[in-house]
Amino acid sequence: MNRLNELFKNKKEPILSIYYTAGYPNLDSTLDIAEALEKGGADFIEIGFPYSDPVADGPVIQASSQHALDNGMTLSILFDQLKDLRKRVSIPILLMGYVNPVLQYGIENFCNKAADVGVDGVIVPDLPMYEYENLYKSCFLENNLSNIFLVTPQTSEERIRKIDELSSGFIYLLSSSSTTGKDLKVSNEADAYFKRIKDMNLKNPTMIGFGISDQKSFNKAAEYTRGAIVGSAFVKFLATDKALENVGQFLKGIRA
Amino acid sequence: MNKEFIKSSVNWGVNDQGYYGDFGGAYIPEMLYPNVEELRQKYLEIIYEPSFQDEFHRLLKDYVGRPSPLFPAERLSAKYGAKIYLKREDLNHTGAHKVNNTVGQILLAQRLGKKRIIAETGAGQHGVATATVCALVGLECVVYMGEVDIQRQAPNVARMKMMGATVIPATSGSKTLKDATNEAMRDWINNPVDTHYIIGSVVGPHPYPDMVARFQSIISEETKLQLKEKTGSEYPDIVMACVGGGSNAIGMFYHFLDDENVRLIAVEAAGKGVDSGESAATTALGKEGVLHGSRSILMQTDDGQVVEPYSISAGLDYPGIGPQHAHLFKAGRGEYVSATDDEAMEAGKLLAELEGIIPAIESAHALAHLEKMKFEGNETVVICLSGRGDKDLDNYMKHFNL
Repeated sequence: MNRLNELFKNKKEPILSIYYTAGYPNLDSTLDIAEALEKGGADFIEIGFPYSDPVADGPVIQASSQHALDNGMTLSILFDQLKDLRKRVSIPILLMGYVNPVLQYGIENFCNKAADVGVDGVIVPDLPMYEYENLYKSCFLENNLSNIFLVTPQTSEERIRKIDELSSGFIYLLSSSSTTGKDLKVSNEADAYFKRIKDMNLKNPTMIGFGISDQKSFNKAAEYTRGAIVGSAFVKFLATDKALENVGQFLKGIRA
Repeated sequence: MNKEFIKSSVNWGVNDQGYYGDFGGAYIPEMLYPNVEELRQKYLEIIYEPSFQDEFHRLLKDYVGRPSPLFPAERLSAKYGAKIYLKREDLNHTGAHKVNNTVGQILLAQRLGKKRIIAETGAGQHGVATATVCALVGLECVVYMGEVDIQRQAPNVARMKMMGATVIPATSGSKTLKDATNEAMRDWINNPVDTHYIIGSVVGPHPYPDMVARFQSIISEETKLQLKEKTGSEYPDIVMACVGGGSNAIGMFYHFLDDENVRLIAVEAAGKGVDSGESAATTALGKEGVLHGSRSILMQTDDGQVVEPYSISAGLDYPGIGPQHAHLFKAGRGEYVSATDDEAMEAGKLLAELEGIIPAIESAHALAHLEKMKFEGNETVVICLSGRGDKDLDNYMKHFNL
């Protein structure tokens, strides 16, 4: 049981998670942003480690990733910054990014280091289930790290069951098959998809992400799942004046 | 079902998990999984159908103009002291080998019921070959091309547009082939139902490397028959081709993979020199990693960020290499070498002067390696002349003050 599992076990209200890219807007803003998010009321945080070719991301997170790389962010630097993570932040933390930087760092090193600094889970969208199950699962489990899988409206029921079996934190439902930063399409089709997943009674909790940017989309997500994840909208917000002072307000704008 | 059609290599083909040794797989986000999985389940079944094979061969013959000639290059042979044959993929409709693959994939897309085709392109040859087959069958075509390449390759952009394709500039990252590929993948993520992505090389998630290799294998299939007719033996001593992602090279190697007496030589683009910092010699400079959906060898930093390659030829400046090539390289079955910009340009000019053939700068890289080889005198060498040089005249003019 890690912090993430505790959160889903104990929290009754809809859960709000925030994604941001480490190294953006400044190389050393990582922990300041995490701290501001906890103070502002976020339930857990996804810290993105940047990659040069983020194929699942739309323009906002592509730009923050490139900006972070230009600032000199690397996985080694990120882990250095996270040394004091648990002195400053107590809510669950996930790392999110693409598989190649993880492979270069070394999967075992990555898992060990993540556990050392107090990370609770990992989201690597382009790490395939087959490779995870056969090569990397043990390393995640030994370090008590939750591996989070994505599900889209096109994911088959059989595959969702398999994902449920392999998951140990929550299942990340994409509001639609899309790159990050598009608006949630409120449609009968989307409702039917969310309801279909809800009715599957999965053992893992679910959260909705991609396209969540305001109260309306957050409430829609909370109707069917435990809550929602906001990424691009927050990264965009970070570029505004005195963003860190206004994080609480930003979060209230999403979950009243 | 005719499973004899384009047989897979016994020793060097893809396994059931989509791997060639340590390389390959399908490292894709869940959003791409349903499309790629559909393709994985159906591609062999579809290409084993007699109606598919009939149509594929009919189009290759009547539309592409196959078989492409195997030309004995006598003056080139005299210069180097070997029996050199050129496999004339430059004589295909659209001017390069790329069309072999787009013909195959468009027939496949039709059978999958897809309504919309997307593609990435670097120099524009694959984009043109895709726009061509889309016009032929009347499917919507969207081609992603780096903003920088759009400026460098204006005639190919015009060709695509003339055939009704929409060309969308990739403005992210370095604005070249790698970024065009990223944009095409993003398009596919956002259009998960009615769209087929025609990848132009033996890269991408399984089953793309195997599927594209099968469509390009016509190059070596014909070569064997033509060599037999000309020399009495279907086996050359050496086959050579240039490698960016590696589709013409795999096509040239395919039916010789299991005959270990045939040397396979792949020539990468060294740019301004392997150690100059401006190069695309992936096997020399790269490390194992994951790019565009497969595990292979790619040029990257210690932190796993992909490094932008350089070559004078827009068709070879890709930071990775197909997973089957990575396997052939690591296992020592293929010899992976490189030629610089200058060496390739000289080789291009030499072929023009000796044989009256102006090669694409990509193909000229393969020819350039002849300078570095020692022949006993009787070796049979087949070089894949993957494309024609018309698109490169600007570059040749600048380089030689023509």
